[in-house]
Amino acid sequence: MNLRKYLVLLSVVVFGSIGDTFLKRGVGSEPIDFHHLGALLQVLLHPFVILGILSLLFFMSSYMTALSFADLSYVLPATAVGYIFMTLLSIFWLHEHVSPVRWVGVLLIVIGVGAVAGGEHRTEHPEETAALEERR
Amino acid sequence: MRTFYTWFFIAITVCAAAAGDVLIALAMRRIGDLGDLRREHGLMAVIARVLSSGTLFGGIFFMAIAFFSNLAGLSWADLSLMGPASAALTFVANALGARYFLHENVDRRRWIATFFVCAGVLLLTRS
Repeated sequence: MNLRKYLVLLSVVVFGSIGDTFLKRGVGSEPIDFHHLGALLQVLLHPFVILGILSLLFFMSSYMTALSFADLSYVLPATAVGYIFMTLLSIFWLHEHVSPVRWVGVLLIVIGVGAVAGGEHRTEHPEETAALEERR
Repeated sequence: MRTFYTWFFIAITVCAAAAGDVLIALAMRRIGDLGDLRREHGLMAVIARVLSSGTLFGGIFFMAIAFFSNLAGLSWADLSLMGPASAALTFVANALGARYFLHENVDRRRWIATFFVCAGVLLLTRS
């Protein structure tokens, strides 16, 4: 792992968290159900939803780049710090209440997923590596 | 009714996101390191290689389903519940997908980590 790869993982965290927060801000508190599916399409035009979608496009690009050099079961744990970032955004920007028990829950998730981040980031698949070399 | 819709959309989000993640991971593994590819052949080669992957578009299709389900779910639940719960359960589903479909080395340490994630989700949903 080099600096470029860590920066790719960091952008997965940042754009993922910001994107979700923009979406929540955009959809507001109006529930959407099966009887009002039109509302789901209308909400797509809200500026915060558009910003959320743009953030999630950057997230997707970073995420695909990360998956090109690391295992799926490595990338997801390695980007778990996003839970903290998202919870902070929920408190300070969306003014949601996060109880102490939820904080413990978030902490356990972070401990769990952080534990796997220290291992190897890639499982070797010799036949696929050979196929890639051949294509080059 | 709010609780039913919340968990219904979380379930749809988790299943679709896990299927999408596994397919996208498979596609990107076959394409190879995008950084190396760009250095050796240029940006256009990267774009061409990515856009020619049918598996990738299959993954994006499932991710789109997960996106709309997440959007609907966010209108019923707090972000601090919907976000971590769906993401953590997706993590568990992805660990299974990575082990059995992608044949990644999901060792004991990763399964222990999965236990922590499940415990965290339980606390999130009980508060």
